Amino acid sequence: MDFISFLVAYWPTLIQLTAEHLGIIVVAMALSLALGLVVGIAISFSPRAAAIVLGINGLLMTFPSLALFSLLVPVLGIGSAPAIAGLVVYTQLPLVRNVYTGLTGIDPALIEAAEGMGLTPLKILWKIKLPLAWPAILTGIRTATVMGIGIGAIAAYVGAGGLGVLIFQGISRNNDAMVIVGAILISAISILTDRLLARIGDRDRS
Amino acid sequence: MIRFDQVSKSYGRNRQVIDDLTLAIAEGEICMLVGPSGCGKTTSMKMINRLVEPDSGTVLVDGRPVNSVDPIKLRLNIGYVIQEIGLFPHMSVADNIATVPVELGWPKPRVRARVDDLLALVDLEPGLYRTKRPRELSGGQRQRVGIARALAGDPRIMLMDEPFGALDPLTRAKMQDEFLAIQEKIRKTIVFVTHDTDEALKMGDHIAVMRAGRLLQYGTPTEILRHPADTFVADLIGSRKGLKLLRLLDCGSLMRQGAAAADLPVLPARATAEQALSEMLRCGCRSVAVADASGVTLGRLDLDDLIDRVARDD
Repeated sequence: MDFISFLVAYWPTLIQLTAEHLGIIVVAMALSLALGLVVGIAISFSPRAAAIVLGINGLLMTFPSLALFSLLVPVLGIGSAPAIAGLVVYTQLPLVRNVYTGLTGIDPALIEAAEGMGLTPLKILWKIKLPLAWPAILTGIRTATVMGIGIGAIAAYVGAGGLGVLIFQGISRNNDAMVIVGAILISAISILTDRLLARIGDRDRS
Repeated sequence: MIRFDQVSKSYGRNRQVIDDLTLAIAEGEICMLVGPSGCGKTTSMKMINRLVEPDSGTVLVDGRPVNSVDPIKLRLNIGYVIQEIGLFPHMSVADNIATVPVELGWPKPRVRARVDDLLALVDLEPGLYRTKRPRELSGGQRQRVGIARALAGDPRIMLMDEPFGALDPLTRAKMQDEFLAIQEKIRKTIVFVTHDTDEALKMGDHIAVMRAGRLLQYGTPTEILRHPADTFVADLIGSRKGLKLLRLLDCGSLMRQGAAAADLPVLPARATAEQALSEMLRCGCRSVAVADASGVTLGRLDLDDLIDRVARDD
């Protein structure tokens, strides 16, 4: 089956798989961002905790993703749950690290001024630190999301669906067009998301 | 107004930063804390708003120990200016100045009015500067905004840590003059940290000279110039004490009232004795006329009187 006839025959499936893929990414990124913010903020108050947490995160990232997804299946069953959990684990490092460096890279004079003026630690975090760390946090979100979209292909392996289905089925059926379409769609989504997030960053800067 | 009562503080076992400091600062005065770096002047200042807590002794504001007041409440009622200024770069000038009033829960129209009043006070056109970001301002303008921000909640006390330290000498002298003019109007109790003795002599109503955590001398600029407590204070003041005394005296207080010859150079009553002497040296005369702001002659200042008064101990 050639490329064009594949697209024509399968386009409703392609749309469905793309929607699945995006759904998994959106849920995983929302959870990961919430967790990453909490962890990043928490460790910004303790350099010792930061070294430990960032070390563990780095270690987790080196763990082969296929193996991690498989190991999550006995715990979380088959479907989107292990896929989402795995994506959260992989996207933590760029998020936590960027939240942390964003928060700790702020000029100490600003914090001292805020403290001396009578802002509470919570107000300082909300009004001063987070807005100033936002560009770094957004960079983290960008890196993590692009990474997540790619790794999300493996989610098909644990039954979560998504564009990875095309790649896995294409390989087992020896259908190159299927593999290529899956790969291109994933790349395209990555690039579009990256551009979109970059634009948000540019808009905030101006 | 502010009192340090036998205050001590050390970091670790061997580093005594404040050693038995007792000091009283009167309401409406500028008290300069001066000394070399590491002498404890900044640490002492930070004890007033509880950014630093003493190991022993008490710091009192209005007769109340500061450690009996909630630190947030205490700080909202004490203005704070640091050398780096610390303007929040992501906020407009107006939002920076409004920080404390907003925390104090002032209604919006009152905050807005306060911001504009303060911008005018520090000589920045409100319509022009309200919406600017700190990065669009020059060093001197930033420091003006820093001072406006510290004054925003109308605190009775201001703490200033080398506020003009990062400015070039010209801007610095200008800011000092402007700040003294502002203080004439607002009459706050100001604790001002500096390592620049000339700045201390110029700005201070009283000067506390510190070294290695100890208070060496506390007195008016004239007292310190005339009677330095020890060789360290004398060295800190440096040479040319006579010329420095000239800067502390103004023509208005030195002159003889009455008429003055029409051909004499005219100086305002606010001008320092240094300016008068400089004028005499320039024109080769032994007298200058002193006039009020509208140019009406008030009297005459003679070289002999000037020398007598500077040399006389009173």
